[in-house]
Amino acid sequence: MSLRIANVARPAPVTITVEGVPVMAHPGESLAAVLIAAGHWRFGEGEDSTRPRTAFCMMGVCQQCLLRVDGRLVQACLTPIVAGQAVTPA
Amino acid sequence: MIFDVAVLGGGPAGMAAATEAAHGGARVVLLEESPAPGGQVYRAPPAGFEMKPDRDRQEGDALRAALAASGADIRTGCRVWGLGGGPLMPEGEAAAPFSLSALGADGVPFTIEARALILCCGTHERIIPFPGWTLPGVIGLAAATILLKAQGILPGQRVVVAGAGPLLYAVAAKILAGGGSVVAVIDAATPAEWLRALPALSARPDLLAQGAVWRAGLLAARVPVLAGAQVTAAEGDKVLSAVRVGERVFQADALCIGHGLVPATEASRTYRAQHAHRPEDGGWVPVLDAAQRTSVAFLYAAGDGAGVRGAAAAPAAGRLAARTALHDLGFRLHHASKEDAALARARRTGAAMARMMALRPAMVAAIPAETIICRCEGVPRSEIEKAAAAGANTINQLKHFTRCGMGPCQGRMCGEAAGALLATARGVDVAEVGFATGRIPLRPVPMASILGDFDYADIPVPAPAPI
Repeated sequence: MSLRIANVARPAPVTITVEGVPVMAHPGESLAAVLIAAGHWRFGEGEDSTRPRTAFCMMGVCQQCLLRVDGRLVQACLTPIVAGQAVTPA
Repeated sequence: MIFDVAVLGGGPAGMAAATEAAHGGARVVLLEESPAPGGQVYRAPPAGFEMKPDRDRQEGDALRAALAASGADIRTGCRVWGLGGGPLMPEGEAAAPFSLSALGADGVPFTIEARALILCCGTHERIIPFPGWTLPGVIGLAAATILLKAQGILPGQRVVVAGAGPLLYAVAAKILAGGGSVVAVIDAATPAEWLRALPALSARPDLLAQGAVWRAGLLAARVPVLAGAQVTAAEGDKVLSAVRVGERVFQADALCIGHGLVPATEASRTYRAQHAHRPEDGGWVPVLDAAQRTSVAFLYAAGDGAGVRGAAAAPAAGRLAARTALHDLGFRLHHASKEDAALARARRTGAAMARMMALRPAMVAAIPAETIICRCEGVPRSEIEKAAAAGANTINQLKHFTRCGMGPCQGRMCGEAAGALLATARGVDVAEVGFATGRIPLRPVPMASILGDFDYADIPVPAPAPI
């Protein structure tokens, strides 16, 4: 079952890569939402095993969802999807 | 150019404040972090997305349209990190205009100046730590709302919804409506608490009806609702797989949990405004007079960031703050302020909801010793108590002892639980441990984007003294 709710009109999908693996996304979706929809909850290993990187507040406050997009450090929840983005762990 | 009024935050209070000030003839600038005004409650979906419009969307669109037509300078997608001017001047120097430094949506830094500043910074979510809360798959209730309403994405296939306040039922209903499965609703409030809130809620029959629809939906879907209960652990290897509530275990791939809203006061704290601890308002709030003035001249606050009262009450508070600012700046106002009955009702309802969402001391007391409180720095409850025993008396001292609250979230996520734990360990009221001193940067920003072309070579070095 897709986690994308039906009866929502979205722009045509594009492809990004997450650690080299192609992932489908719609332009304008937040990177954090796309990763959740792809079942990719664990964004990175963080500083120790009790505190992995993941989406948590979704509004730019908690700073737990840090990732690199094309090498640049970003908050996944505040980063809109653009075709071709290459996502790697922070 | 110096603006007459700057508004920080473009939620319902900020949109209304900027619109009102612009109508009064002031030069107004509104600074907002999101790509579009709306705040969390009226967050606009991304361009090209179309969802079934709900009442929130219509109210948000009305405020957005009025703002767009007001003539205010609207700067969205910008990250405000620096605050200066106002009272932050060396002793003996006159107060300067407020200055706000930001990183624009285009990545270009800019600074604006304004004679008056209205803070409409809203809230962030309170999530009281419990074992496993740092597992991927656990998100806030407000986070789930954003995911569902602004992105059209379900948090999981099988979701447990837990915590306190109306968001609980709103999120559960949205998941069901979106075709998802809610495994259980774990409500910290008892039926008696809801009953006590009822008289205030009945002032807003629209909300009561909405709540009844949500509850009926859960009943029809046969979702178990556990009242007066709380999550004891989130479990799983690498990601969430189960949610434990005492003896009961629910298999789930997402847990949406929230225990209320905390006013975002970092800007008013940075300007050293007077604050008071009011649990029923959500915690620490700037002290305001009846016309939304803080204790700092020409600094105002409105909306949930000044005490949680909900989106229905926020626009009127924003408009009042704008009129007060214009009055203080010497503008002649053509229409008198009017407090309508609907606003008073909205405030009563909001207050009843805020009481239900206030910090629950029993929940803090139940946190096990090794559970992480400060997620950024990895500080468990036991470290906080050790620091208290070693003489840390205030939140600021706790930072020095443990680094609790010194990570990139700057204490926004842990501050409340840490304050309550420190107060309990010391045997004092939570107000006595105080709050973290407000500091810039308000948000993490890349050094490179602040520095621009400035380099080591540009640092002025005085000539060495002769030996």
